[in-house]
Amino acid sequence: MSPAADLERAVPVAAGVHWIGALDPDLRRFDIILRTANGTTYNAYAVRGSHGVAIIDTVKLCFSETFFRRLESIADYDEITTIVLNHLEPDHSGALPELLRRARRATLLVSPQARLMLKGLFDPVDLAGRIAFVGSGDQADLGDRQLEFLNTPYLHWPDTQCTWLAAEGVLFSADFLGCHYCDSRLFNDAVGDFRFSFDYYYGHIMRPFRTYVREALDLIEPLPLRIIAPAHGPILRRDPREYVARYRALAAPAVHGVATRTLLVFYISAYGATRRMAEAVVAGAESASTAAGEVRVSLYDLEGGDAGAFVDLIEEADALVFGSPTINGDAVKPVWDLLSSLTVVDLKGKVGAAFGSYGWSGEAVPMIEDRLRRLKLRVPLPGVRARLAPTGEDFAACHDLGREVALHLLGRPTPRTVDLAQLS
Amino acid sequence: MPKASITFQDIGVTVTVPAGTRLIEVSEKVGAGITYGCREGECCTCLTRIVSGHEHLAAPSVLEQQVLRDNLAPRRHRLACQAQVLGGCIVVQPA
Repeated sequence: MSPAADLERAVPVAAGVHWIGALDPDLRRFDIILRTANGTTYNAYAVRGSHGVAIIDTVKLCFSETFFRRLESIADYDEITTIVLNHLEPDHSGALPELLRRARRATLLVSPQARLMLKGLFDPVDLAGRIAFVGSGDQADLGDRQLEFLNTPYLHWPDTQCTWLAAEGVLFSADFLGCHYCDSRLFNDAVGDFRFSFDYYYGHIMRPFRTYVREALDLIEPLPLRIIAPAHGPILRRDPREYVARYRALAAPAVHGVATRTLLVFYISAYGATRRMAEAVVAGAESASTAAGEVRVSLYDLEGGDAGAFVDLIEEADALVFGSPTINGDAVKPVWDLLSSLTVVDLKGKVGAAFGSYGWSGEAVPMIEDRLRRLKLRVPLPGVRARLAPTGEDFAACHDLGREVALHLLGRPTPRTVDLAQLS
Repeated sequence: MPKASITFQDIGVTVTVPAGTRLIEVSEKVGAGITYGCREGECCTCLTRIVSGHEHLAAPSVLEQQVLRDNLAPRRHRLACQAQVLGGCIVVQPA
């Protein structure tokens, strides 16, 4: 077992590479949405070359003192030529303004997508003339060794990138392949069992961006990795490829079965009106499938289901149709519970629609449609609302809605023309 | 007021709009797949491919041109939050 990290000194990671981060063992909730039983670490690193020192990431502002003490234990500020921020979120950039003030020779290297974040987070005076934007293929020269950059956006901010030190086989991976797990023994072969934290972090931070995860893995897998040095959690020096393989498995699509497209209809119903509308939507969707298995249509009663399982289904689906009655001018709570649980999956480009019965004013349908648009679904079809007991005409409209949603999935939508003034 | 038509190819819907309308004002209402971030021409989230009718859009501002360059946008791509329709028929698709 490795000795625990000394509170004052840098910790060697590889030849000329030190960990200069901070431990935050008492943290129990991160960014509101994440729980952690073991706190977290804010990992920052120093890389020494023959012509200068590079600092890779910093720490949360309140841990700056620890960060600077560790840095000072292995380098002088005037040796620092390069500061790399792989990700600008405040837990990694908190000490940046002070570091720029102390390391007067250093240039800050960030991805081009960081431009907006820099503007929002820092005083332009601190950054004036000190920034260079880097992307895949660019290098920072430290003399006898170089840092190379991999553009890996949306993991989990637009600005995220990875930095590769080929000389030592070290990948500085920002939040990618990280986790909230604080253990002063620092390295994956020395700390306690953190597998649950690793998977949990993926599930809450990386999962919404799994297309980008797969693209980043395409860049990372060919590298001769010896160590993965993420911005949170243990440094992965034993079997680093196992963690890359784990991400590949977590980001893979689920088994799809026979259908090429999947359409899910969720409903909840007080007196059966919205349920019968849901059944008409399903029948309409099935009528659009000209060949068996073209579109798999499924119907779920929200009252009997578990939101977690529904989220998994939704991640793999191509179209989502929600049915809700209007009660007191709103869609009902089980609908909102599910619609508020979807930020952990990628919904962009899926087709969405809504329907439901109502007594007086029928706000539920447009409210659901609005939420679906905000979640980045396409909502190309006007929803269907039925006053109290649905009529034959209402059921026909539901049938058409289901059919049109399915046709969208099959790439054969019925073309239509509308005037802007007709759109709500 | 002069009219224009915008076809959102990903959903098969054509919308008739008054000249001067920005793509963002239409695509959100019609439920097309163009997504938005900052809505101020900076983040490039709403990058949109102009399939045809590029000449019917107002020329991009200096800021929009810079953002398109920074994000390595291909030719015939515009930011939907900035692109203003002048007339004629325009066909668009999320990038």
